Amino acid sequence: MPFTDASSGESVRFEGVGKSYGDVDALVDFDLAVNPGELVTLLGPSGSGKTTALNVLAGFTQATRGRVLIGDREVQGLPPEKRDVGMVFQSYSLFPHLNVFDNIAFPLKLRGVSRKEIAERVEDGLDMIQMGDLGQRMPAELSGGQKQRVAFARAVIFRPPVLLMDEPLAALDLKLRESMQAEIRAYHQRLGCTIVFVTHDQNEALALSDRIAVMGDGKLAQIDTPQAIYDAPQSRYVAEFIGKTNLLEATVAGSDLAIPALELTLPVADLPAHSAKRDGPITLSLRPERIFRVCQGDAEAYPNFEARVEDALFMGDMVQYRLRLPDAQTLIVTERRDTGGARPTRGATVQLGFLPRDLTPIPEPS
Amino acid sequence: MPRIFRHWMLWPALAMLLVFFLMPSVDILRASVMDPELTFRHFERFLERAVYMRVLWHTVEVSFVVAIVCAVIAYPVAYFIVQSPRRVQFLLLLLIFIPLWMSILIRSYAWMVVLGREGVINSLLMGAGLIETPVRMLFTTPAVYVAMIQILLPIQIVTCYSAMSDIDLGLVRAARVLGASPWEATRRVFIPLSLDGTITGMIIVFMLSMGFFITPALLGGRRDLLLANLIEFNVTQLNWGFAAAIALMLLLAAIVGIVVIRLAARLLLRALNGALAR
Ligand SMILES: Nc1ncnc2c1ncn2[C@@H]1O[C@H](COP(=O)(O)OP(=O)(O)OP(=O)(O)O)[C@@H](O)[C@H]1O
Ligand SMILES: [Mg+2]
Repeated sequence: MPFTDASSGESVRFEGVGKSYGDVDALVDFDLAVNPGELVTLLGPSGSGKTTALNVLAGFTQATRGRVLIGDREVQGLPPEKRDVGMVFQSYSLFPHLNVFDNIAFPLKLRGVSRKEIAERVEDGLDMIQMGDLGQRMPAELSGGQKQRVAFARAVIFRPPVLLMDEPLAALDLKLRESMQAEIRAYHQRLGCTIVFVTHDQNEALALSDRIAVMGDGKLAQIDTPQAIYDAPQSRYVAEFIGKTNLLEATVAGSDLAIPALELTLPVADLPAHSAKRDGPITLSLRPERIFRVCQGDAEAYPNFEARVEDALFMGDMVQYRLRLPDAQTLIVTERRDTGGARPTRGATVQLGFLPRDLTPIPEPS
Repeated sequence: MPRIFRHWMLWPALAMLLVFFLMPSVDILRASVMDPELTFRHFERFLERAVYMRVLWHTVEVSFVVAIVCAVIAYPVAYFIVQSPRRVQFLLLLLIFIPLWMSILIRSYAWMVVLGREGVINSLLMGAGLIETPVRMLFTTPAVYVAMIQILLPIQIVTCYSAMSDIDLGLVRAARVLGASPWEATRRVFIPLSLDGTITGMIIVFMLSMGFFITPALLGGRRDLLLANLIEFNVTQLNWGFAAAIALMLLLAAIVGIVVIRLAARLLLRALNGALAR
């Protein structure tokens, strides 16, 4: 079956790419290296340059500076049709005047593939997306999820080494989005192509990616595995953008780490091993799910502190508390609902603790 | 609510159609066969005299040529407008609309001023020493064509423009990244998607041309008269029955013409898609 052969993905590299629209800088000195066969998401808030990066790679936009490479080909200056990349668009962009079969066959026809082979490969493609008997439907007669699948099949039918996806799931509802994410992962393993996937949904990025490239203001803020991005953010920006977190200002003096907001002083040696321990101010990130309530008896086992409950937000399996510390800073804590004991009410004062190794120092921008 | 009341919002429009279109039409149909008693002699006269058939054929020919030339000129113009930045689009459309605000009568007279023996063109050419004696342009067939095309072109441009501005340019980009050169993307995506609107425009231009009579009367020669001129002549002669019969022949020819345009469009679409149409 030709369609399901694993094509070999190619690497993608941005080297110092800049793009400005008048005086708006959409990309500034953007560097990114994606390995062959890898699924990398570009994650960032609106306007951070994700679409611009993808358009520069697809050839819709010319970079003002820098180099773009697919494999070892320099592609800047090549028109989109010469770059041999597949692309799935947020609005699907299925051709409304062609049926499903002809939509999927479109790239093959342009490449002069024989009629017989086109029929075979499109049938395979339709099977892969489980739409075997819908080849004669027009795009207007499909559901959102089906359109998405057809757009996907059309983008990979010519086995491009690189597949680009710009928020392909943004228009789908949550349930469908989650099942499409699983499908995309499965297709990715089967096809072996390199995927650059744009999203502004961090859960999607965490669920899908081999690595996440977090973008901010047209720059690459950090690229790492989902777990490393979550557990060891390299900047305040990444820490605050990925998941919820509490940022605490602290000071290192000799072997002491003072956290005034919690009225605590800990041994510096308790911090995670890899962190810098120079004297001076330091910012620590403490995830809400890493903070827990402690009973009177445990008071010695963990560093602990007092806080007053401001409100509790019910989130299904979790409850999220907003608390106020004695110095007026707010703190967010999430707790699984099955944690025993009565839930604290508004205005109650609770005793909270954490493990010192969950304090993640955020490197200061140098 | 009884079924018949459900579409009450359409009633005023239906009443208008009934009073101002359907009743006169029936009246004409009746006049063509009931003048003075039940007879087909008006139709027989039309079909038997070569001159009437020649004028009918000439009318159809002129209308087709005008519709096709308008479409060929308007398509790239509309494309150019659609590709311009928003604000420029507005300005260009305004320029296209201005001639539409002038009546056909005035525009036809204006062409007489331009094309006449001592008209603008002849004076310019003679002033420049390019010709010795005035060129005869007024009262010729080309004069009728030029004026009709100029008068009807804005309608075709605007219809094409509105069809094209509905096309999602993302589709053209999608075609490009899937491997289509600019021309392939135009041929396989943009043209097929804009064809319907263009055909609609052609049909409007064709039908309006079929009914033209001021322009050929003012700018054309004897042999440039169209069917509508014959209707007008017979009405003034109070030949109501014969005028009604001509009107019905005109209607019939228009319907046949529209069907032909639609069929041609379908063939063109198939040819454009080439291997794409299975
Ligand atoms: N064609 C354009 N002309 C002018 N400015 C543009 C153009 N395209 C993008 N920009 C600007 O470049 C910046 C980056 O835009 P881009 O579309 O890449 O953001 P994005 O990360 O994809 O955002 P979103 O999540 O909203 O899609 C923005 O400030 C945007 O206003
Ligand atoms: Mg975007």
